[in-house]
Amino acid sequence: MSDKTLTRMDLSEAVFREVGLSRNESAQLVESVLGHMSDALASGESVKISSFGTFSVRDKAARVGRNPKTGQEVPILPRRVLTFRPSHLMKDRVADGNKR
Amino acid sequence: MIRSELIQKIADENPHLYQRDVERIVNTIFEEVIEAMARGDRVELRGFGAFSVKKRDARIGRNPRTGESVQVEEKHVPFFKTGKLLRDRLNGK
Repeated sequence: MSDKTLTRMDLSEAVFREVGLSRNESAQLVESVLGHMSDALASGESVKISSFGTFSVRDKAARVGRNPKTGQEVPILPRRVLTFRPSHLMKDRVADGNKR
Repeated sequence: MIRSELIQKIADENPHLYQRDVERIVNTIFEEVIEAMARGDRVELRGFGAFSVKKRDARIGRNPRTGESVQVEEKHVPFFKTGKLLRDRLNGK
């Protein structure tokens, strides 16, 4: 395991290498992809990327939470959360790649 | 939204690009994320979220049908944590 962290920059560098676009345009395209995915999710739509995984939006009901430090009860309002379900292909590649 | 719809949206916004290049661009982005995780790396996309790899320790599992004990080996699984900005947007903030 190399334990590195990749960022948008690494993704746009990959796009730059793969297609003959400028670095600037590659970065903008990475941004548009994330932007369109975020917009769909923000409108409550799920995003299903075959052989990658599925992002879906779930509604969570209100509940009473507790501050673990003070023990005080605090109301947790109903909210929407995002869950990601990796595809089998992603699971297999991550499991295989990290095998010792 | 599915992969092909995402590709179409990007293609519509970039009429100067060939459709097949837009496909390559979108596929490259997802492929890069998988490759990073397969190496054990994290991918942090501020505002969107972070992909990382979690280790699941070896354990003794049980075949739910027969009740038989089986040794389950240590494995690594992909994990996604939603970014703050996107989490707030989901909740209309």
